[in-house]
Amino acid sequence: MKEIKCVVWDLDHTLWDGILSEGDPVKLKDGITEIIKELDHRGILLSISSKNNMSDAMAQLEQFGLKEYFLYPQINWSPKSESMKIIKDKLNIGMDTFLFIDDQGFEREEVASIHPDIRTLNAAEYHSLLTMPALNPKMLTAESQRRRLMYMEEEIRQEEEKYSETPRTFLERLNMKFTIAKANMEDLKRAEELTVRTNQLNSTGIQYDYQQLEQFMTDPDYCLLVCELTDRFGSYGKIGLVLLETRTDIWKIKLLLMSCRIVSRGVGTVLLSYIMKTAKAAGKRLQAEFKKTGRNRQMMIAYQLANFIEVGRDKDELLLENDLSTIQPYPPYIEIIASDQLV
Amino acid sequence: MNTKINDKEIRRELKMYIEENMEVFDENIDLRDNDNIFEKGFVSSIFAMRLLTFIESTFKTEVKDEDINLANFSSIDNIVRMLEK
Repeated sequence: MKEIKCVVWDLDHTLWDGILSEGDPVKLKDGITEIIKELDHRGILLSISSKNNMSDAMAQLEQFGLKEYFLYPQINWSPKSESMKIIKDKLNIGMDTFLFIDDQGFEREEVASIHPDIRTLNAAEYHSLLTMPALNPKMLTAESQRRRLMYMEEEIRQEEEKYSETPRTFLERLNMKFTIAKANMEDLKRAEELTVRTNQLNSTGIQYDYQQLEQFMTDPDYCLLVCELTDRFGSYGKIGLVLLETRTDIWKIKLLLMSCRIVSRGVGTVLLSYIMKTAKAAGKRLQAEFKKTGRNRQMMIAYQLANFIEVGRDKDELLLENDLSTIQPYPPYIEIIASDQLV
Repeated sequence: MNTKINDKEIRRELKMYIEENMEVFDENIDLRDNDNIFEKGFVSSIFAMRLLTFIESTFKTEVKDEDINLANFSSIDNIVRMLEK
């Protein structure tokens, strides 16, 4: 069962007892605050889809001290399937990672009929939330516990982007720093979490677990890199992972993955440029394994636009090679912090 | 590509989008259809990915995997050629 990344709540008779728009004095259901805080602590995102008056509902949530826990709340009179679509697009995560909670069978079915991948829960069963396996991530990392805050920082960035004269001035003002470094023990948990959570930007679809990653980290034939991106709004955390096989004169990228949230910042290309530069400086050839998973087209595009050419194919598994003749320079608005040598 | 949008319209949309995203601020630069936008430094290759997304959503098409390479996105002429294939 796939992990749930976001729980979307109805309000009336789900989060609280009573109907706000009918003037009822509403009261939070038993234990709701604890559940909300615990899910948030586990790095599970929370949102709202409710048919209500936006400002009244938000004022009520504020009074309950819960307002800041919900990202992109959709409080309006549109079909809830539409609200789910908006939340999904804003968060940029897969539909099959959502859980929708509502007391009304009609609403759950309406959502499920348009988005069959969304899991739904009858509000009457909300007590089971904390023990659901899909809501119990295997491990907690610094990133998972800051996840909501990172989305909130991202919202501020997007606001700022809207009001910048050009995309370039916006990027320049961000003061981005991109760090590429060999993984250490502390990074491994996060590395595993990245391989499990990142579907769209995983070059092979392979999900490595902690032990496997630990082996690669200590194996002299491999180089395991983690990347971190920060800007003046905060840290995006460790958002990229590369597994490079360096055993022979042909270096091979066995795995390349990036968190979806930072794609638009262009750091994928930066990471590829970095690997290409170091391979060239070391006098090696550079290949990359790629496996189509149906969801990782973006990653294939990143490779192709960086001049990787297909040199072999076995069904869905592609072998790509870059002749290292043209390497894109780093964009001037990102400071790169990395060692010149990998091996 | 099966959608029928005329050539002129595509060129106009592309020119506008690229100009909006140019990384140089010289007002006098005139973007021509055969300019290599990467070599001239108008945009970085990072922009190529956004350009692809823009093309697919604006012209309601999906660029074939085998057509995705930097050369095909390097000028308005090349993009149009790729789309009209």
